[in-house]
Amino acid sequence: MLSKLDKRLSIDAIVGHLSDGMTIGIGGWATRRKPMALVRAILRSTLKDLTVVSYGGPDVGLLAAAGKIRKLIFAFVSLDHYPLEPHFRAARQAGLPVLELDEGMLHWGLRAAAMKLPFLPTRVGIGTDIIKQPIFRTVTSPYEDGEELIAMPAIKLDVALLHVHRSDERGNVLTLSPDPFFDELMARAARQVFVTAEKLVPTAELDLPRQARYNLIERTLITGVAEAPFGAHPTSAAPDYQLDLAHLKTYVDSAASPEAWAAYRKQFIEVAPESYLAAVGGAGKITALPVPVY
Amino acid sequence: MTELHYSLAELVIVAAAEAWRNDGEILATGIGPLPRLAASLAKETFNPALQMTEGETWYTTRPVPPGPRQGEAPQIEGLANYDRVFATLWGGKRHAMVAPVQIDRFGQTNISVIGDHTKPKAAMLGARGFPGNSVHHPNSFFFAAHNTRAFVAGEVDFVCSAGYNPQRYRNGSAPAGLDLRLIVTDLAVLDFSGPRHAIRVRSLHPGITFEQVQDNTGFPLSRPEHIPATPAPSADQLEVIGRLDPNQLRKTVFKGDPPGDRRAA
Repeated sequence: MLSKLDKRLSIDAIVGHLSDGMTIGIGGWATRRKPMALVRAILRSTLKDLTVVSYGGPDVGLLAAAGKIRKLIFAFVSLDHYPLEPHFRAARQAGLPVLELDEGMLHWGLRAAAMKLPFLPTRVGIGTDIIKQPIFRTVTSPYEDGEELIAMPAIKLDVALLHVHRSDERGNVLTLSPDPFFDELMARAARQVFVTAEKLVPTAELDLPRQARYNLIERTLITGVAEAPFGAHPTSAAPDYQLDLAHLKTYVDSAASPEAWAAYRKQFIEVAPESYLAAVGGAGKITALPVPVY
Repeated sequence: MTELHYSLAELVIVAAAEAWRNDGEILATGIGPLPRLAASLAKETFNPALQMTEGETWYTTRPVPPGPRQGEAPQIEGLANYDRVFATLWGGKRHAMVAPVQIDRFGQTNISVIGDHTKPKAAMLGARGFPGNSVHHPNSFFFAAHNTRAFVAGEVDFVCSAGYNPQRYRNGSAPAGLDLRLIVTDLAVLDFSGPRHAIRVRSLHPGITFEQVQDNTGFPLSRPEHIPATPAPSADQLEVIGRLDPNQLRKTVFKGDPPGDRRAA
């Protein structure tokens, strides 16, 4: 069988590759470089019962508000400038099942999966309530120190969803922001990886001899790629564009009542990706957003 | 000689800066305006070797004021992406001052949930990096409101950062990296130098009594024979703080920006 090297898909076609009950890792970090166009497409789909793994921001909030999550594996969910994510809070307070981790444990669990190991040892979690969750086991160092450590289990993903800045049609990708977060580990921990890219370009335009440091993963890992200009909005995809703080406020306000959520959903979710951009003010407005202060 | 006027926020910044005095060349992280200004003051005055970020991704040569940026862009001296921050903290080369929601007599803290973890009364952030921070590098704490909702009886609702609680460790001993240093509040400075790391009152803010602090704490505090007053900021320190905080964020932390000296006039 010939492998398919043209991996271009539409956003909805990517969602068509997902199925109920999957464990899905979502790249980025809180308010930065979240594959939001894909998340919105999941909200429009019939997908359900997902286990979501994320350094969480509005991706988790939206999926939780829409009842898509069966279980959340997380270390935090935050909008940074609004530290408490209102949709996540509501879901959590209604009893959304979780595995709560330390940020570094989440990293370690993905790394174990990426290395095809059952676990990686760590001190993180010792002395806390994190390790009272039933999944955790300890392991004793076989060396002279004999230290008891936490065996952080591998977090294996069915799918990783990532947002990148550039890609060619084969899935050679560039992540241009200064902090790549843990997208690479998400990709390596997953059976399939789908990316949205700000811009699809010919391979030569990736300028890999100079930009290779921004190429986090090999195309052999990438299953499909969709062009999604402003696909991270309202989160940032710096240096292309910054966080939309005004929209974040609109988003936060949407948790105030079922009516507010329905109105937000109608205006910003139940619209085609092409119409979303107009709904949030257009390309010119988003590219002109100022650099936020953290 | 006229008495210097200083605010409670400025008193807290100066007291909290002491956390980093003897740390040498490490990453100083202060979460929230006052801990961040405290780390900045330490770096600008007595410990210039401290490394700090601009709050996001870059190490900067000088501390960056919290809030909107003014003037020239800060000089960058390195990359502080999360992967490297984890590497740094696991290596122990960091001292963080964070602002938890609850703390107990063991120094265990909580930022995850109030109530039951399965179905919380109030869901907050999640444990973030607290578990890992607590067993790998020194940690200090800031509480804007010292009361019994924050300084709880028993244990915190969900232990996010480890403390000196022997029941939680095999053989009763905590990992070597556990090193809790200062607690700075609106009433006092406390540390962990009581018997078996019990929380001890180290200094009282001017006009505050030990009894007031104890009454606002849900567990017995260790009381040394003599408790000094928290030192007032010097004129030089107030000048540096003014420069480090041109947006005056320090005035927004305590309601009404009260004076630091609460002795009856």
